[in-house]
Amino acid sequence: MSRLIELRTAVLAHNDDLASALRADLLAAGTVAVNLLSSPGSGKTALLERLMTTAVGQGLPVAALTGDLATENDARRLQRSGAPVRQVVTDGLCHLEADLVRDHLSGWLPSGTRLLLVENVGNLVCPASYDLGESLRVVLASVTEGEDKPVKYPTAYRWADVVVLTKIDLAEACAFDEQAFLAAVRDVRGDVEVLRTSARTGEGVDALLARLRRTADEVLGGAVP
Amino acid sequence: MHELSIAQALVTTVTDHVGELRVYEVTVRLGMLTGVVPESLHFCWELVTAQTPLEGSRLVVDRVPLPGTCVDCGTSGVWTSLPPLRCPGCGGRVLPNASGREMEIATVEVEDPDGTDEMDGAVPGTGAPDGGRTT
Repeated sequence: MSRLIELRTAVLAHNDDLASALRADLLAAGTVAVNLLSSPGSGKTALLERLMTTAVGQGLPVAALTGDLATENDARRLQRSGAPVRQVVTDGLCHLEADLVRDHLSGWLPSGTRLLLVENVGNLVCPASYDLGESLRVVLASVTEGEDKPVKYPTAYRWADVVVLTKIDLAEACAFDEQAFLAAVRDVRGDVEVLRTSARTGEGVDALLARLRRTADEVLGGAVP
Repeated sequence: MHELSIAQALVTTVTDHVGELRVYEVTVRLGMLTGVVPESLHFCWELVTAQTPLEGSRLVVDRVPLPGTCVDCGTSGVWTSLPPLRCPGCGGRVLPNASGREMEIATVEVEDPDGTDEMDGAVPGTGAPDGGRTT
């Protein structure tokens, strides 16, 4: 004896509900979260260190959560910016989930934080499925990874609000075809903003920070203090 | 490889809804842009359902085709492959016009202790379209 129940329930409803609640709580506290996704070794941490150092210099209240399977190395690097940073060690989990983010923010996130950068685990597959309560999703790719990353990882790129190209100081050395990369981005995402950056030379860091500030202004309303 | 997390979320969601009832089959609708590989979900299923009311149940995955429109000639259709998508007519670039992120539990077949006699004695799951299932 059996019967069929129509559930029609989202598999990740639990995560999505937590993420929605977290987003609302953050926005109510005047904080905008940015979820940063990339493959390992794309230069996320180096770029973030430079970005956060610039933000601190501009007086922008910025903080970061950084996710890794193991070690607190990234948190130590980002702390050199002078901004509050907390490491999320996932103990092998290949992505961040909303409850992990919420638990690590609880009792830690300094009040008045305007911009919260969430550096996801280096992985372009799994993190794409999980809403973390962010208001902006940024996907990063380095010129050393080749031009076709977007078409190889369409799920991640499909949901990018902004695409950031990193290590452009190395573009010539590795014969990076930027037009081919932009075409690959357009193939899976259509017209999306692509920013060129170099953590080494600092090129594009101000533009990226301005882009994130603009999102904070749009979402929260009012000018950045 | 986050299918283990997804499979665990499936088990949690199902047991939240059906409680202690024995589960025979779970049917999931899976969009093309979820980043979830059905084979990996199946691989995890036995592991995550062990010692739960879902133990021994069958997982059925229905892929949801992705609707898209050609940016060059305007032709619309549905695709069962991942982007980049190409127009079969003009070869132009096709952009999806739906999320492709469908990932929902459509139906759950459970034991029915108070059911009528008509299914009494039947092998659980024989009501399914394909008739076969592991229990």
